[in-house]
Amino acid sequence: MAVNYSAKEEVDGHPSGGGGGVAGGGAVGGGGAVKTRKPDNTAFKQQRLPAWQPILTAGTVLPAFFVIGLIFIPIGIGIFVTSNNIREYEIDYTGTEPSSPCNKCLNVSWDSTPPCTCTIDFTLEHSFESNVFMYYGLSNFYQNHRRYVKSRDDSQLNGDNSSLLNPSKECEPYRTNEDKPIAPCGAIANSMFNDTLELYRIDNDTRIPITLIKKGIAWWTDKNVKFRNPSGDTNNLTALFQGTTKPVNWPKPVYMLDSEPDNNGFINEDFIVWMRTAALPTFRKLYRLIERKNNLQPTLQAGKYSLDITYNYPVHSFDGRKRMILSTISWMGGKNPFLGIAYITVGSICFFLGVVLLIIHHKYGNRNTSADIPN
Amino acid sequence: MSQGTAGAEGAPQVLPEGKKRQRKKRRRKKKDCKTRLVRSNLLLPEPEVEKSKRTVLASNRLKTTKYTALSFLPKNLFEQFHRLANVYFVFIALLNFVPAVNAFQPELALAPVLFILAVTAIKDLWEDYSRYRSDKEINHMECLVYSRNEKKYISRYWKEVKVGDFVQLRCNEIIPADILLLSSSDPDGLCHIETANLDGETNLKQRQVVRRFLELDSEFDPLKFTSVIECEKPNNDLSRFRGYMIHKSGKKDGLFKENLLLRGCTIRNTEEVAGIVIYAGHETKALLNNNGPRYKRSKLERQMNADVLWCVLILLIMCLFSAIGHGLWVWQYAEKKKPIFDVPGPDGKYLSPVLASVYLFLTVIIVFQVMIPISLYVSIEIVKICQVYFIHQDKDLYDEETDSQLQCRALNITEDLGQVQFIFSDKTGTLTENKMVFRRCTVSGIEYSHDANARRLAMYQEPDSEEEEAAPKGGTLSQRDSICSHQSIKVVHRSQSTKTHRRTGSRAEAKRASILSKHTAFSSPMEKDITPDPNLLEKVNECAKHLEIMRSHEQPLSHLSPELCDIFDFFVALTICNTVVVTAPNQPRQKVRDRFELKSPVKTIEDFIRRFTPSRLTSGSNSSSSSSLATSKSVHRFGLSVLSSTSTESTLLKLEEKLAYSEQMNNNGYSSQQGRTAVGSGPEEGELRYEAESPDEAALVYAARAYNCALVGRLSDQVSVELPHLGTLNFEVLHTLGFDSIRKRMSVVVRHPLTDEINVYTKGADSVIMDLLLPCSSDDPQGKHQKKIQSKTQNYLNLYAVDGLRTLCIAKRVLSKEEYACWLKSHLEAESSIENREELLFQSALRVEKNLHLLGATGIEDRLQDGVPETIANLRKAGLQIWVLTGDKQETAVNIAYACKLLDHDEEIITLNAESPETCAILLEQCLQCIESKFSNNTIDEATGNMPVGFTPLYPPSSPVLSSLGLVIDGRTLAYALEPTLEDKFLALAKRCRSVLCCRSTPLQKSMVVKLVRDKLKAMTLAIGDGANDVSMIQVADVGVGISGQEGMQAVMASDFAVPRFRHLEKLLLVHGHWCYSRLANMVLYFFYKNAMFVALLFWYQFYCGFSGSSMVDQWYLIFFNLLFSSLPQLITGVLDKDVPADMLIAVPQLYKSGQNMEEYQPHMFWINMIDAMYQSLVCFFIPYFTYYDSEVDIFSWGTPITTVALFTIILHLAIETKTWTFLHWSSCIFSILLFFFVALVYNASCPICHPPSNPYWTMERLMGDPMFYFTCIISPIIALLPRFLYRTLQGTLFPTQLQLGRQLSKLSPEIRTQLLTKLNVKRKTILQTQPFADSFSPNLGSNASDCYTAYNQNSPLPASHQKNESLFPEPARAEHTTDWTVAASPQGALFYGDKHSSASSLGRSVGFHEVTHSTSEVESLSVGAAFPWNSAVDQSDFSLLKWITSTPLFSRFGAVLQVSSSSLQNESQDSMSVLGSSLHVDFKGLKEQSANNFQDKMKGIPADNCKSDNSETTFL
Repeated sequence: MAVNYSAKEEVDGHPSGGGGGVAGGGAVGGGGAVKTRKPDNTAFKQQRLPAWQPILTAGTVLPAFFVIGLIFIPIGIGIFVTSNNIREYEIDYTGTEPSSPCNKCLNVSWDSTPPCTCTIDFTLEHSFESNVFMYYGLSNFYQNHRRYVKSRDDSQLNGDNSSLLNPSKECEPYRTNEDKPIAPCGAIANSMFNDTLELYRIDNDTRIPITLIKKGIAWWTDKNVKFRNPSGDTNNLTALFQGTTKPVNWPKPVYMLDSEPDNNGFINEDFIVWMRTAALPTFRKLYRLIERKNNLQPTLQAGKYSLDITYNYPVHSFDGRKRMILSTISWMGGKNPFLGIAYITVGSICFFLGVVLLIIHHKYGNRNTSADIPN
Repeated sequence: MSQGTAGAEGAPQVLPEGKKRQRKKRRRKKKDCKTRLVRSNLLLPEPEVEKSKRTVLASNRLKTTKYTALSFLPKNLFEQFHRLANVYFVFIALLNFVPAVNAFQPELALAPVLFILAVTAIKDLWEDYSRYRSDKEINHMECLVYSRNEKKYISRYWKEVKVGDFVQLRCNEIIPADILLLSSSDPDGLCHIETANLDGETNLKQRQVVRRFLELDSEFDPLKFTSVIECEKPNNDLSRFRGYMIHKSGKKDGLFKENLLLRGCTIRNTEEVAGIVIYAGHETKALLNNNGPRYKRSKLERQMNADVLWCVLILLIMCLFSAIGHGLWVWQYAEKKKPIFDVPGPDGKYLSPVLASVYLFLTVIIVFQVMIPISLYVSIEIVKICQVYFIHQDKDLYDEETDSQLQCRALNITEDLGQVQFIFSDKTGTLTENKMVFRRCTVSGIEYSHDANARRLAMYQEPDSEEEEAAPKGGTLSQRDSICSHQSIKVVHRSQSTKTHRRTGSRAEAKRASILSKHTAFSSPMEKDITPDPNLLEKVNECAKHLEIMRSHEQPLSHLSPELCDIFDFFVALTICNTVVVTAPNQPRQKVRDRFELKSPVKTIEDFIRRFTPSRLTSGSNSSSSSSLATSKSVHRFGLSVLSSTSTESTLLKLEEKLAYSEQMNNNGYSSQQGRTAVGSGPEEGELRYEAESPDEAALVYAARAYNCALVGRLSDQVSVELPHLGTLNFEVLHTLGFDSIRKRMSVVVRHPLTDEINVYTKGADSVIMDLLLPCSSDDPQGKHQKKIQSKTQNYLNLYAVDGLRTLCIAKRVLSKEEYACWLKSHLEAESSIENREELLFQSALRVEKNLHLLGATGIEDRLQDGVPETIANLRKAGLQIWVLTGDKQETAVNIAYACKLLDHDEEIITLNAESPETCAILLEQCLQCIESKFSNNTIDEATGNMPVGFTPLYPPSSPVLSSLGLVIDGRTLAYALEPTLEDKFLALAKRCRSVLCCRSTPLQKSMVVKLVRDKLKAMTLAIGDGANDVSMIQVADVGVGISGQEGMQAVMASDFAVPRFRHLEKLLLVHGHWCYSRLANMVLYFFYKNAMFVALLFWYQFYCGFSGSSMVDQWYLIFFNLLFSSLPQLITGVLDKDVPADMLIAVPQLYKSGQNMEEYQPHMFWINMIDAMYQSLVCFFIPYFTYYDSEVDIFSWGTPITTVALFTIILHLAIETKTWTFLHWSSCIFSILLFFFVALVYNASCPICHPPSNPYWTMERLMGDPMFYFTCIISPIIALLPRFLYRTLQGTLFPTQLQLGRQLSKLSPEIRTQLLTKLNVKRKTILQTQPFADSFSPNLGSNASDCYTAYNQNSPLPASHQKNESLFPEPARAEHTTDWTVAASPQGALFYGDKHSSASSLGRSVGFHEVTHSTSEVESLSVGAAFPWNSAVDQSDFSLLKWITSTPLFSRFGAVLQVSSSSLQNESQDSMSVLGSSLHVDFKGLKEQSANNFQDKMKGIPADNCKSDNSETTFL
């Protein structure tokens, strides 16, 4: 006979088990082979594994609070000081205010010729001692929009020739233009930031151009692994990009982004930086580096400066803002006092709570526990 | 050949053949549908057989597998999609394939769903495969089937057996299908089967060859079988089979269940049987009975499912919010030029805001899908399987004696064990051993107390350590008690022999004994060896002597004095009025055959006439020859009978006896080949064994044997009884009217060998038998005497019941030939009817069981199981209400209830016995009023008491259990109370009682009670029982527990859990139940938290990405987060966490209440967890947000730290919630974190261009080189978890839950712990000790000790506090005025006390205690009624005494009610009753006699004066 299978499993050899006919018959026939069902007396099976049983009471957690407090406060101070030592200067050049020199360019379009230019003068109060990073910042720009983020073809950017001519569907509707595949395809590439910023130091009314280094601003892995130009027999990018067309908004094709061959095409660092989509609608992207020339002079000494902008990038339509930021950086990146303050605050709170718990522990910690168990 | 006329039920396609037949028999069409026709397969050509078999009737091939290789995938998937969650997840995954809304790579999104489905599918496949294997094994078992070609039985596989085949079976073979028994090697056409495989009952059951075939002289030849069998459609009723056999001649024979051999049973005691297969394979009754595992949904799961729905709602709200947000976001750009980052659709057109938000809604459902935890169900299943494994493995739940362990038969309700509120227990076999031991009896109105027997039984209870003293003690006792020397010798002898038995019963040999006893149920030495009462034994001997003389002188029996006559009949009835089968010791299954004449039972009228003509006198003539031997045999057998026998004699006789036995064996042709040899039967060697269906029967037969009236053989038509002096008497059994629960009795109709009269011996419940007695006129002396005997017997019966004995009445009736003939006619009609045979037989039995002559009554003790009182006490401390539902009579039940501490002598007991629904209603009303008035104080007190304290919700005021009430209700009243109009009142009353005892309840009532409590009180119920009568109750209850005891396996088969003993319930509930509940509750809550927390991160992000459904967490992390990174620690915690160690849970059963009150998972906890999840996710989102605000960070370089932070937070959250850390916990947490980093590093390094859109190449690597990453990862979890951590800490310090206290207690050193625990126990006894405790309690409330004290009282749960009844006030008082302490609770005292209270000084309060008692001690005791409520009000231990004063007027009323309802018992002993409780139990013993009388009076209460008598039955003991 067969009783249900699960009964068999659970009953485990009981006379009524599944296949009980066999089992039962065997048991009756043999009778002698007594196999005890007594469970093994092992720590695991009896749930007696050695264990640590922490009890959360004021007394036991006190040290933790003090330790956290004592560790966090110094860390917080360290971070805060570091952050404070960072020099940062920021100019908004969107031009929404009528007084702004860039106001005239406010309603510029992608392909306006000649390009609208404007110049903004500014003064640095303090000199920037170490290397200076020059960023452009955009606000209210949703580079993290779901469809926007998706709208790219990584294998095309990686130099895959078939993808070059046949980009991924994800790039729609920026995949082809007039039946030619767009290189680089997709909305991200199409919306690439194309303002040109130039920095001059005004020294006694003379504009001394400051050397802006445009290489080394992208991740090394991006530049060398992720982004590659299409491969072919020739090193001529124009030939390699044969059969493709430029993104709609671009004034010139991708192989004309830069004059230097190792910074042109897909491996143009401005392009690579742009393609790394920002996490939040307010973001900055590294634009140029200003290296410290010698140890005698600060990178940017205090004084008057002027920023020349070739205003191509329209942001006014969606209330975006454009900024230029000059900043030194430390081991912890750019200027951001938040983390330091957070550490100091948390450390202080923990320390304070530690004291409170100490008081509680002193007052109530040594009670007779059994008194509280009800009967 | 066979032909199924209508095919399997519900199968519409009927074969051509079937159709033809249907057309032919259109008139009988309706009937045809209900029956099946079976013909011999040998009559039809082979192909036709094959054809019909293949289609219409099930073959014997067993197929329990669900799938075939082809059908597996679709069928399994189909089944899995019955689970709504799976459908949901597949739907989500498929949504990803729609380009407009997709959020992830579609293939990737499918992965988790496929994984879950695959895991389940593999599990199913494996299960199916093991089923397939066991099927195959069974299908390939062999049996003998008659072959048409070879004209003999040849060996075939089981699966080849077809309906209509002839099968031959040998002894010990297993029956392959349901077979109609056509021939047996047994001369009577009998066959014995063992049904252990079917129902676990180990006794043999008799089966009979179909009547006509019995009369065949020649051997049965299948080829000549031409009859057609018409029988029922296959059904699952094991106890019923009906049909006809239509012979060629057109004659019909009825077929009954006695003719059917059921598949799965084993042939025993019969050399060879043959029969025709009626039902095969899945149509056999055994398989139809097999309904597969039951699926119950636990309370926790129901609650969880509700919360899953909340999650769905939250999800929808979040999605809706996002969708609207996105719509607005799109809309704000609508008028201006579209922004550059808003990507138009593939066709270059921008979506309208509405359409965009609709699309987005679907997208975010995909993104937020994790909110509904995909792995929740799978995880819960895994955790439960592991929990079941651990429960299985607990060695404390293993019973060495029976070598059985706990079985979990329902896998999915383990956590219900931790939430049980009501236990419904059967009594017999559950609380008691179900080892029936004969204790005493009364015959003919004279009581035989069997003191020596009682002493013997007492010795079984002594622990083994006292073994040494046992013998001398027994000796001295016996010497003191004995009258004559030979008796004293006897007792010494007995005590020694019991000693050996006890040694046998010692732990070491218990197992061996149990293996032995498996072959013969109900035969432990304790049950078998009964010390006879000397007086009765004397009388029996005297009687036997008389009888012998009479027989030798051919005198009529009536010369015997009526008393001796009754004694003789009494023992004859004990011996033969049963269905006990006798087996020889060496071959346990070998029926002892000492057959003297071959005769079938009376089956026809002709037979009757033939056999009962006066010319033919039967007598046990043969017996006289062996008379002397038999007598001496019995001398040996009972070793110590008064007939002194020297040991040499006995050895000699033993030899003789053995010889005689072996001779018998050989004569009967039963060689040793068939029997299994019994393993050394030890002391029982040479004894006959009795196999009884119920333990009572066995006990009675053993008892009769002790009086030398031994059952030595039973055949279907005769019983052989061995009597002293008389030798073996053969009683011809004419009919056996079996026991049923409606009649509550059984009878045998026999022909007395000495008188040749037809006697009916009836044995049954006293309540039934007493009503069936021959009404005796009080005029003639005979009748007067009889009446006196009856009333005396009734008296003794009540006494027995008070002692907790099971009582049975024995009665007889002498039928005249004419009466018998008359009855026989109708009886035979009933027997041969097919339609409602049971009903007719029942009627027939009623006709013969009347006008009985009372012989006597027996008292059988059913001993309590080990540890039952302790278990019950502990379970009650744990806040469980225990209801005992028993079929026993009220007095027996009440006494057992006292014995097992279910009722306490110091608690009030409400007894409800009503004659009619109206009185029942009135009674209920009264009781309710009484309690209500008491309660009104209580609840008001609680309401006020809550205010200043503030943390009483631990014990919600609704907890209705009044401290000290017990309710006893009998079956009839219960039936009224269960009616819809009264059930609410009944429940209202019952739920305030600490324990409820329902006596005389039927199985149906049991289940109704359980159902009522379950449905109306919405309480978690557990039913525990061992017998078939508990099955319905077990099935109805939320948790059904079966005791794998002696009464078969039905209860176990119906149960969710099966335990070997009742005491195992304690650990099962208190430890495993609690653990399972707390583990699972915590895990479920954690699951919700985890998913909500993770999803909320994504939700917050929507505010910063234009509600575009973007996610900063890489899709891989998002999809595998639940499955890979965070699942293991929670599984480990769900399986292994122990909030409180096992020993503490046992030591402090109160901790169990946390489960009952759902403290671990209350509805609000879900929301608290949700809020906490929101907070934590805010922290985990915004710390990285502010850290990386306005920086050059890209989405996934920012999202990865968030994921990491979330993982840390989630795991640390679990760490806070984990109570016990084993290395498994540690390693699982560490493993999870390492796994995350490993996967992240590998994944981020694997492919520079894969995994669009995130394409996280080198992200993790870069992040790990960035100090900011670490700083973020350190601070965020700490901020996120700070509130929870702080809350837990403060809670643990300031207002710890009971569980936390238990945990703290367990950390203390053992000495301190035991010290505290004893204090804890003592605390309940004395107020003096609680006071200092109370002062140190509740420090959060500052120095106001009086508030603390209130807090203490609030905090103490009500049920167990009843003992303060005697403690709160009496203790201080007793020191001074021991006698007058009750006065302390008088209203004056209360007033005074109340004033004290208003002054509210803690010092004054404690002083007040003493002052109260001092000052009021002069006040004379008030009336009983007034004192009582005060006393019980004190019980409530609520000290808002101002309320007492306001409610004082109530008490006068209450007192009055009480006065009225006081029973005569109280009136008789007013003084002791005024103490109400504490001192009552002292007096109780003395009151027993009186109370017995009272009970009797009550039971015979005059119906005319119903109302009054009902009043008097509202007994407040």
